[in-house]
Amino acid sequence: MTFISDTFLSFRREIGPTMRSWYYIVFGVVQPLLYLGLFVPLLTAMPMGGDGNALQWFVPGMMVMLVLFTTVSCGWALTEELVSGSFERFLATPASRPGLLVGRALKELAPLLIQALILIVVAAPFGLHLYPVPMLIGLALLMIFGIGVASFSYALAIASKNDGGLFYMVSHSVSLPLMLLGGVLLPMQMAPDWLYIASRFNPLTYLVEAERALFMGEVFTPIVGYGALVAVLVAIAGIAVGTVTVKRASL
Amino acid sequence: MIHGRDITRTFKTKTGTVEAVRGLNLDVGEGELVAFLGPNGAGKSTSVRMLTTLLPMTSGAASVGGHDVTRAPEKVRRMIGYVGQKTGSGPYHRVRDELIIQGRAQRMSESESRKRANELLGMLELEDLADRDCNSLSGGQKRRLDVALGLMHTPKILFLDEPSTGLDPHSRANLWDHVMRIRRETGMTIFLTTHYLDEADTMAERVMVMDHGKMIADDTPERLKAELAGDTIRLAMVSEGETLIAAEVAANLPNARDIAPNGRSFSVTVRDGAAVMPHFLRALHERGVDIATASVRQPTLDDVFLNLTGRSLRENAIAA
Ligand SMILES: Nc1ncnc2c1ncn2[C@@H]1O[C@H](COP(=O)(O)OP(=O)(O)OP(=O)(O)O)[C@@H](O)[C@H]1O
Ligand SMILES: [Mg+2]
Repeated sequence: MTFISDTFLSFRREIGPTMRSWYYIVFGVVQPLLYLGLFVPLLTAMPMGGDGNALQWFVPGMMVMLVLFTTVSCGWALTEELVSGSFERFLATPASRPGLLVGRALKELAPLLIQALILIVVAAPFGLHLYPVPMLIGLALLMIFGIGVASFSYALAIASKNDGGLFYMVSHSVSLPLMLLGGVLLPMQMAPDWLYIASRFNPLTYLVEAERALFMGEVFTPIVGYGALVAVLVAIAGIAVGTVTVKRASL
Repeated sequence: MIHGRDITRTFKTKTGTVEAVRGLNLDVGEGELVAFLGPNGAGKSTSVRMLTTLLPMTSGAASVGGHDVTRAPEKVRRMIGYVGQKTGSGPYHRVRDELIIQGRAQRMSESESRKRANELLGMLELEDLADRDCNSLSGGQKRRLDVALGLMHTPKILFLDEPSTGLDPHSRANLWDHVMRIRRETGMTIFLTTHYLDEADTMAERVMVMDHGKMIADDTPERLKAELAGDTIRLAMVSEGETLIAAEVAANLPNARDIAPNGRSFSVTVRDGAAVMPHFLRALHERGVDIATASVRQPTLDDVFLNLTGRSLRENAIAA
């Protein structure tokens, strides 16, 4: 299928420069350690809702946040290539449009995946219980969700053309409330009723809950099912919107 | 190979709508090399981008390589190579990698792509740059890479949007040597836009002149020049009053126009000046006119454009 092979092709092109910049790799490895070192000591001192220890609760939420923020803004990277002719060059080839977008998204997600694995492994000695299979499923859902969000971000970048300010404004005014309403950093059970109800309308909430369940070792539960559904729907919608935007664009 | 019917394209901008292309009709046969000539903003790039499926048309229809551009864009993309006006290489990517990826995107195998990349690096004198990031290349080097990217899969139909802009004379000559050789070997159809009048004149079998979104001329460079410009005969007389006699004589020459007596110098535009000149000089001699110097100037495509629009492409280029 050309979609798959073009996804790999696009990924291969984009990952090249990343692999060559050592500072990016060093920063990528250090970043999760920073989170753990600077935030977790505070966290473990806090009385958090839910059972199990704070890491089990906090790590999946933080991963959702990292994926959301990285992918929501990654359309920015496309802007440069939209202004020059290099994206257009690929559009004049038979390469699959969704493949081009998904390959780019995976390039943004691959470092996150590695960071997440480092985070999990390093957190284990500090009390994070490892449930390898559920956790890997959790990471896979995050990747699927991230592909969707990244595709929306590419669509936004194309729609806002060279207007970087517009892109920034829209992407942040969407992602920030999503994140705050998703109970990523603090448990929504502690929220006032109206806020709690609002959070039930936020798709991200279901993903966050599913990730937390998976990090507690659950797999076959409705919570995980809803989260998976959200991830897949976001991916399908994102790829569809991204592809249509590319096809209709008058760059 | 390329057919367009009543193609239009308008853009909405903050200050109103721009009619970039207004009713373009064109037909290019298999193996032809056609040059699109016109001043800045004439609509050349917009036309090329519509024909290469990159930009939807506002109205009209086009087919490229036998496939409808709007209805079967995937099929069109399989047949074409496209070198856009803007830089096609990614700034942080390496020269050789970009070529190989381009080959893969054009459905070549990995080994074919590598081989072809090396060939083109050699041809376009880019070997020494193969492992550099593209943003470290000079403008002309980037442009050569753009052309190499377009040639990777040796397309049946090649669109070149100002391929030689920014190239030094050596690189330009080298580029055309290779493009012409590939064309001879493969029978590639080439559609190019250019501001270099001499390039259009010497390379293209047909020149299409575009202005304000419309095609205003379409013919071989020779016929365009003969019909729309003509040769200019210039004379310098020994004494002043004789230019008036020359004007009288010139009026009887076949197809004479733009008769311009001016002090002691005189000019007239005719078809095939080299053949007319001897007759003209003999006739003047018979009227007793003494001539100091005589010359025939062949027209350029700029004269063609000047006659078509009343403006010169050269002036435009300077003003822009
Ligand atoms: N994306 C766009 N949005 C708005 N107007 C545009 C856009 N692209 C082109 N135009 C306008 O359409 C007209 C034709 O532009 P085009 O790029 O086709 O000219 P061109 O003949 O290629 O010129 P040049 O020789 O400068 O490359 C111009 O007036 C230009 O301003
Ligand atoms: Mg142009």
